[in-house]
Amino acid sequence: MSNDQSVKSAKSADQSGDAVITERLRKEYGSLVAVAGLDLTIPRGEVFGLLGPNGSGKTTTIRMLTGLIAPTSGSAVVAGIDVVANPEAVRRRIGYMSQRFGLYEDLTVEENLQFYSELYGVIGEQGRKRRKDILEEFGLAPRKDQLAGALSGGWKQRLALACATTHRPDLVFLDEPTAGVDPAARRHFWRIISERAHAGLTVLVTTHYMDEAERCDRLALLSRGELIAIGTPSEIKRQFGMDSIEDVFISLQEKDEGALT
Amino acid sequence: MSVRTRLQRWTLWPMLWKEVAQLRRDRFTVAMMVGIPALQLVLFGYAIQMEVRHQKLVVLDQAQTQESRLLAQALVNTGTFDFAGVVHSRAALEQELAAGRARAGIVIPHRFTRDLVRGRGAEAQFVVDASDPLAANGAIAAAGQAALVRSQKIVEASRRGAAPVSVVIQPLYNPAVRTAVFIVPGIIGVLLSLTMVLIASMAVVRERERGTLEQLVVTPIGKSSIMLGKMLPYLLMGYVQIFVILGLGSLLFHVPFRGSLLLLLLLSFPFILASLGVGMLMSTMVRTQAQAIQLGFFYMLPNILMSGFMFPIDAMPKVAQWIAALMPLTYFLEVLRGILLKGVGLTALWPQALILLGFTVLLVLAATVRFRKGLE
Repeated sequence: MSNDQSVKSAKSADQSGDAVITERLRKEYGSLVAVAGLDLTIPRGEVFGLLGPNGSGKTTTIRMLTGLIAPTSGSAVVAGIDVVANPEAVRRRIGYMSQRFGLYEDLTVEENLQFYSELYGVIGEQGRKRRKDILEEFGLAPRKDQLAGALSGGWKQRLALACATTHRPDLVFLDEPTAGVDPAARRHFWRIISERAHAGLTVLVTTHYMDEAERCDRLALLSRGELIAIGTPSEIKRQFGMDSIEDVFISLQEKDEGALT
Repeated sequence: MSVRTRLQRWTLWPMLWKEVAQLRRDRFTVAMMVGIPALQLVLFGYAIQMEVRHQKLVVLDQAQTQESRLLAQALVNTGTFDFAGVVHSRAALEQELAAGRARAGIVIPHRFTRDLVRGRGAEAQFVVDASDPLAANGAIAAAGQAALVRSQKIVEASRRGAAPVSVVIQPLYNPAVRTAVFIVPGIIGVLLSLTMVLIASMAVVRERERGTLEQLVVTPIGKSSIMLGKMLPYLLMGYVQIFVILGLGSLLFHVPFRGSLLLLLLLSFPFILASLGVGMLMSTMVRTQAQAIQLGFFYMLPNILMSGFMFPIDAMPKVAQWIAALMPLTYFLEVLRGILLKGVGLTALWPQALILLGFTVLLVLAATVRFRKGLE
């Protein structure tokens, strides 16, 4: 039953070409409203940035879209499938990089990649070839036998992205993927993301780096669980009458802190 | 539906492979799982002595005759006592006991030999430090035995024939009544549940603490794959532990193995799984590894004290017996002692086997139901 439904909605999503559609998506923790009725539509192949100060609901939103936590109310359709009704079907179509490094530090680079790709059914000769390609593409081939725990921050993030994309998902969720990573590594990371987006991958990313925000196709600004603005970086700058996204961000943060005190 | 089950079935193999790869690098855990049984076996095997031997005995011999000296000698001959000196007054004897220099004293009065010769019952007084009941019971039993031996000898010597009543004792299954023979099979059960419960309770919570669980649960892996993938390698380790303890037990303590090894391994299967199920169930209740360890010890204490590992269940109060009936270890100990010491088979052990199987199904099911593939 639920499978038939998800197939139907998948078709309609394919027609509309949207990777993510949320309607009044809401999450409460007791009296705390983490996300207050979010309406978002992200078309296929877009690099979409979620911006906002800490506690604005970015991570909660991503966790609801990946099925890690259940929304209090509202709906979310990801890759054409209702997340609340069928989280397992959604999981096969997405990749996810958590805020904290979530791979096994006591496994090697190649072992991590093998484990995650095999969980998605990328197995056998095809799996081996795909892993070899992605190790080359990400520059990880010379380090494939190193333990993941021995990698520096930049390499860890690259490995995490590799693990999140080897099964060729429709979209990836990246929760602050470059936090604490040096500028050169960040640039390389974003080059890979841009290439993948050109090939049709939808990317939903949260970040604190404003140069990264400027590289997104569109941005959504969150503040205390509410959607403040949505649009291309230049649209948002125009809307707030400011020269850079960073200025917009800082004004938001000051407003938040002012509201708290 | 079929796609989903197929997907979930093969996620077990990567999970198993990953767990084994991690275990292979975790030399410490592997060494502990083999080292701990060996160490515990030696500790328990040598230290736990329920027949308390070598208790210090002082003698107050007021009779000073051949007969009185033979009685004191008979006490030492039981093996329970070591001769610790002669005292010359009742006060001195009690002082030795109070100071802890002796655990028991024998008082042989002046008229002891005179009463014997006249054919009246001769009395000697045995004074024992009963603050430790286990030691005291051993001493009292030995004193009674020594008196019996002397009485028989005296009756036989007076040619009045054999003693009128004698009970011939035949200790079955453990003829020398050695504690190690009783304790070592129990150690297999206690150690298996200790290590299996602890390691399983930490398995899931460790991934939660390290942040790897969040990454894992957004994949299409089935939750049964996560549980089984973690339990099966430990099951194998459990069998390694059984062989280590059986081998050392036979080598160091000459513990017999009278029944079928195959049956023992077969019935260990539900017990190990049930213990892993308990651990998995705990891991769904705690947030940190430290909590898991605390909960693990909270579980183990009644298991060690009430399962019949050290103290007979029949002698416990009713409430303790009910608690014992709720612990898989209670039944597994009966299986272990039954097979190793009595050499019995499934015809005697089928109730225990069925109960263990029931525990396994119940616990693994409860753990799987409680385990949520999410972060809440």
